[in-house]
Amino acid sequence: MWDLVLEDRRINSLRLVAPMWNGRIRGIHRLGGAVAPEGNQKKKRTILQFLTNYFYDVEALRDYLLQREMYKVHEKNRSYTWLEKQHGPYGAGAFFILKQGGAVKFRDKEWIRPDKYGHFSQEFWNFCEVPVEAVDASDCDINYEGLDNLLRLKELQSLSLQRCSHVDDWCLSRLYPLADSLQELSLAGCPRVSERGLACLHHLQNLRRLDISDLPAVSNPGLTQILVEEMLPNCEVVGVDWAEGLKSGPEEQPQDTASPVPA
Amino acid sequence: MIRRVLPHGMGRGLLTRRPGTRRGGFSLDWDGKVSEIKKKIKSILPGRSCDLLQDTSHLPPEHSDVVIVGGGVLGLSVAYWLKKLESRRGAIRVLVVERDHTYSQASTGLSVGGICQQFSLPENIQLSLFSASFLRNINEYLAVVDAPPLDLRFNPSGYLLLASEKDAAAMESNVKVQRQEGAKVSLMSPDQLRNKFPWINTEGVALASYGMEDEGWFDPWCLLQGLRRKVQSLGVLFCQGEVTRFVSSSQRMLTTDDKAVVLKRIHEVHVKMDRSLEYQPVECAIVINAAGAWSAQIAALAGIGEGPPGTLQGTKLPVEPRKRYVYVWHCPQGPGLETPLVADTSGAYFRREGLGSNYLGGRSPTEQEEPDPANLEVDHDFFQDKVWPHLALRVPAFETLKVQSAWAGYYDYNTFDQNGVVGPHPLVVNMYFATGFSGHGLQQAPGVGRAVAEMVLKGRFQTIDLSPFLFTRFYLGEKIQENNII
Repeated sequence: MWDLVLEDRRINSLRLVAPMWNGRIRGIHRLGGAVAPEGNQKKKRTILQFLTNYFYDVEALRDYLLQREMYKVHEKNRSYTWLEKQHGPYGAGAFFILKQGGAVKFRDKEWIRPDKYGHFSQEFWNFCEVPVEAVDASDCDINYEGLDNLLRLKELQSLSLQRCSHVDDWCLSRLYPLADSLQELSLAGCPRVSERGLACLHHLQNLRRLDISDLPAVSNPGLTQILVEEMLPNCEVVGVDWAEGLKSGPEEQPQDTASPVPA
Repeated sequence: MIRRVLPHGMGRGLLTRRPGTRRGGFSLDWDGKVSEIKKKIKSILPGRSCDLLQDTSHLPPEHSDVVIVGGGVLGLSVAYWLKKLESRRGAIRVLVVERDHTYSQASTGLSVGGICQQFSLPENIQLSLFSASFLRNINEYLAVVDAPPLDLRFNPSGYLLLASEKDAAAMESNVKVQRQEGAKVSLMSPDQLRNKFPWINTEGVALASYGMEDEGWFDPWCLLQGLRRKVQSLGVLFCQGEVTRFVSSSQRMLTTDDKAVVLKRIHEVHVKMDRSLEYQPVECAIVINAAGAWSAQIAALAGIGEGPPGTLQGTKLPVEPRKRYVYVWHCPQGPGLETPLVADTSGAYFRREGLGSNYLGGRSPTEQEEPDPANLEVDHDFFQDKVWPHLALRVPAFETLKVQSAWAGYYDYNTFDQNGVVGPHPLVVNMYFATGFSGHGLQQAPGVGRAVAEMVLKGRFQTIDLSPFLFTRFYLGEKIQENNII
């Protein structure tokens, strides 16, 4: 029952995004069409709220569960300093991405992706002097601290942060160390990125392709696209096309980041 | 048969007399009386305040461990950290007394909302760094069950400080200190500046320092409401009233050098209600002065400064309200989305506001031009004469602009050295200060709140050492001058 409560809260916090985006929410929330679960949900929510308002213990328990959820995200985003000392920045960064569920491409090698159980091949430890060229961190739980590991990849050319629910404006302000090499960036579907974070992308002067489609927190997407295009004159800004309507999550696999854009 | 009789009997006679109608004509408000009795019975039940005789729900409680005078961002930050750092849940009873719940004149709501780490004092830099990490993780610190997450509208665009020839050396040494403390600041030459920001006119600029991370501006009202909500959920009591009197007792003691000193301890705070003569004496152990621009009055009530000048008893709290103007203008060809908060060599500053080409900014007047702080009226001539020329010089696009609106707010200006006063008073032993930040109180509020809470609960500063900010420096004459005040 507590899982429902927490997923409720996650829905409340990601309320700008349709529930289908966040693939981690399971169970009744995925059944968008069914009517009965909605009513059940609402009743459960109000009973819980009533109990929370009247009993300190319920409130403390819910508070503890909320803090535990946040702690889990922090745990996932630890900085792998020991690994960096052992295997170098590229190995540590690649391991971090693969652990989170993303995919990594070393220069002149194939994409390394974890399978559906989260296992990935360990052979990349053999060539961790090779710089990492492209990172696909879609649907990962990377947050501000986790970017420490990502920013070590100094020759990164393509970064995809699609549908990352913890990437917000603060994280975007941290991307400037990658300015020399980053040519492709995708922020499609990130619920917390707004036009204020997009303003600090002007450091990335080598950017050639920027995807800012489906950002629910941006207040005026058309105007934002124009201003971002003015800010980055050499970059192709993709994304604002409301004629298509809502895109559904599973179909939008980032096939376009398979190869780096030629300079 | 009985069944038939009863309803039949109900139809007439005495039993038909409904409540509210009585023989004799006068009507008793039966429903009203019943609801009043119900209310009184409910108030006796556990969990409700007992208002049998007199309704005292608007008055503050009679006892409170800590009374915080002033409910702005600094006062609420102290309340939050007191509750976070207390050793046992519910150990400290905190009361926040705020004179105006609409915050119409409070510096917090009227602030431009910038946060930057480009100071010259290491303590200021550390405070700002901590505040940046607090704001970044605000939904973890101020999370309340069942409440929506806070959206601070933070613009991470950074601060750009420009320095002329004579200030360039000072700026370089400041940047060195900032980098040592961990702030990410880069120095730019005029050429690099023109490259990055083509709309800027680098005439007269020798060096510029640009904050890359953790700097920008946010919505102070959201922070205030978030703090208020969290602090109420943690059990802090709020009261709308004005502090009119402190009842204290004095004790004559001898120092280690056998000098006599009179130590004062505040026992009661008299809180007067709004628009009435009613007041409530609140017995307290500790008083925190976070009254912002009016802190000097509160300090005077406690007897700080009553004595021959030049002595510790005669040292007043040198915080006074100073009026500052902020103007909002529209400029269609102005600087683009990447504009940081630019602070010019002349002291004029501006930043972008929103997606339409609106900008806001202002300038601190010199000592001679100081406006009268009696009211918050805006002087538009000040913009014409003193702000616009500098802006137009620095950004040529600003030669054609149209002022949309303006407002004024108070700085709690520390006339001694423009830095905050934090910590206990040496003579009035249970009054703690958290005021006098002269325009950067909002950005340092989380750090200062934590420092004052540590001082109250543990007796010393633990995380950030703010001993240079104690009150005693006014008596000893030790100025800690901050050079980068906007």
